[in-house]
Amino acid sequence: MATQNIKVITRKPLRWWEKLYLPQVLAGMKITLGIMLRKPVTLKYPFERPVIPKGYRGVPTLVKDQNGREKCVSCQLCEFVCPPKAIRITPGEIDPESGNAHIEKAPAKFEINMLRCIYCGMCQEVCPEAAIVLQGEYSLNGYSRAGMINDKKRLYELGGTIPDPVRKWDKKKRA
Amino acid sequence: MAEDTTNLVTINIDGKDYQVAAKQNLVDAAQSVGIEIPHYCYHPKLPMAGSCRMCLVEIGMPMRDRATGEPVIDEATGKQKIGWMPKPAIACGTSVSPGLHVKLNSKMTVSSREGVTEFLLANHPLDCPICDQAGECTLQEFSSQYGKGVSRYRDAKNVKPKHKSLGPQVMYDGERCIRCTRCVRFCRDILGRAVLGVTQRGSHSEIDCYPGTQLDGNYTLNVVDVCPVGAMTSKDFRFKMRVWFLKKSKSICTESSVGVNTTVWSREGKIYRITPRENDAVNVAWMSDSGRMLYKTVEAETRLTGFRRGESEVTFDEAADAALALLKNGASAFVASGKMSVEEQFVLKSLAAAVGGNVYLAKTLGENDGMLISEDRTPNRRGALVTGLVKDFDGAEVSALAAKIDADEVKTVFVCGEDLSSLGLTEEQLKKVEIVYLGTQKNATSEEASVVLPSSTVFEKAGTFINQEFRLQKFEAAIPGIKGTESDLTILSTLAARASSSVATDVSVASVWEKLRAACPVLANIDYAKIPDTGTLLDASPWANIAFPETGSLKWKPAK
Repeated sequence: MATQNIKVITRKPLRWWEKLYLPQVLAGMKITLGIMLRKPVTLKYPFERPVIPKGYRGVPTLVKDQNGREKCVSCQLCEFVCPPKAIRITPGEIDPESGNAHIEKAPAKFEINMLRCIYCGMCQEVCPEAAIVLQGEYSLNGYSRAGMINDKKRLYELGGTIPDPVRKWDKKKRA
Repeated sequence: MAEDTTNLVTINIDGKDYQVAAKQNLVDAAQSVGIEIPHYCYHPKLPMAGSCRMCLVEIGMPMRDRATGEPVIDEATGKQKIGWMPKPAIACGTSVSPGLHVKLNSKMTVSSREGVTEFLLANHPLDCPICDQAGECTLQEFSSQYGKGVSRYRDAKNVKPKHKSLGPQVMYDGERCIRCTRCVRFCRDILGRAVLGVTQRGSHSEIDCYPGTQLDGNYTLNVVDVCPVGAMTSKDFRFKMRVWFLKKSKSICTESSVGVNTTVWSREGKIYRITPRENDAVNVAWMSDSGRMLYKTVEAETRLTGFRRGESEVTFDEAADAALALLKNGASAFVASGKMSVEEQFVLKSLAAAVGGNVYLAKTLGENDGMLISEDRTPNRRGALVTGLVKDFDGAEVSALAAKIDADEVKTVFVCGEDLSSLGLTEEQLKKVEIVYLGTQKNATSEEASVVLPSSTVFEKAGTFINQEFRLQKFEAAIPGIKGTESDLTILSTLAARASSSVATDVSVASVWEKLRAACPVLANIDYAKIPDTGTLLDASPWANIAFPETGSLKWKPAK
């Protein structure tokens, strides 16, 4: 039935200049050369790095305040809220000699398994101390599975310092 | 109590009638019909204080004419008028009476709660992120349920000691404390030692020990349990794990034959704490500090792992064959223990019958502390009688075994979790015989043993214990068994089955119970799956003439 609607068209034979192919080659070269002279839109990654916009959700990190105090008090809310269960905290008591004994609690161990992390940022959202922050780092690689688990030392290296505007614990110490 | 219809009264809560037991207060009565009246200072097992005012409710009684005593009838509805009190009253201090009317959601009740919560939070540090109570804190729960949600307090909060040690086990935080005095009442009325008291005045008041004393003794951690906020914290559990991660398992304390009901809190195969579970017939809501520390045996340095034959590590199969070869040598003896569950004792009995040999029952006695630790320091010696493992205690004394070893009548001893050297056997006697050791911890006997069968602690297995009053109580496994161990029941039933050249079938508690019911007359009517959480009393009359060492504990006295 469908064959009744088929209309057979005979292909026109190529003209002589079409058989040369040169006009088509030249047209292609024109496009290529035109783009070569334009400013490139891609980056030469990894030699060039993109500018990370503010609020980018990169690798979760732990941060210290302006006094070099670790902000985390190991309340384990991030561990609780983490959808893929990437975070594992072992709470500990702060050494009375450290000058931060009034805070009482800090993580003895803090591990984020980057093989599990889905960069959802819920840990940052739930943190009552603004201690865990998803920052600009996005390039993540390792030679082993164990190497993809960021421990506390690595998390503070990645995190650096974010000043605490409220300075709640300083006030508490003075009181 | 609910079945006792003679003592029921009808009360009306928020316009709905409820039948509740008489002679109780309104908080308990509402609880019994599933309605929560928020409270801090009231604790069902402690005397009433009425100091927190959180349970303020609007109450009223049916009106009667003062002169005639006739009921006053409301013209509009045709029903008796309710005389509502002009001010709210505390529910914990109000006994239920017929016709009592309560409003739990009226404007007055709601604003009372909001006011109390606001006052409590005025000086509360709100340090929930570092507070161990977070997740099981009534102040946290009631503030979100009944509080205003915002603070109008603008002044600096009071500063108080944040970590004051009250005793070897308990740490006190003055800022979190809401002065409900539950801990004070626990010490004064339950322990009978009024160590704690309230010092200072007004919003500066805090809990402290009387000068020269400290909160010591073996029951101090109960103040941590009764504390509705995070003011009293356990030094052992402090900063270990948040409670919302922990799984609760019902267990029985193995410290003594009292059989304290416990809750074991674990996460991913690791136990973090043990707390008492309410059982009015056994331990009310208390337990000893020493019993709470027993979870440490799971990961103790002395814990046995890996089956051993002589000096070499072997598989379970090889160890079982080696043990059987020794037992079948002839002249075997079995040392059973009150630490074994009823099911294990029953399977040991069938093993002893298959191999042949006398069964001795270890005796570990200590001092009665008058509360929840009895003389018999094992949870289940009565089980050996009920299962028929031993006929009586005197004939099963381990000293009789010593005499037999001296007379060369015993070649192999199968020891279940006991240390023979502490039971009175000398080193020479231990060296004279081959020992098969089934247990969880290393001791002098396991060091001498030819075959070691590492087994499970009470936290890694399920079963039943029979306590000092012949109360059959069930415990469930809190965590899986650790690597290199097998459950006692698996080991014993494998040995028993191979001894009679069959395949082990009694590896689960339920399958053992099928046989237990047939073999033990007092257990005949008991369905293992339906043993209530508070246990079930067995008929103790067959053993009435046995002299038991126990002289009574908190809720039980031996019949004279």
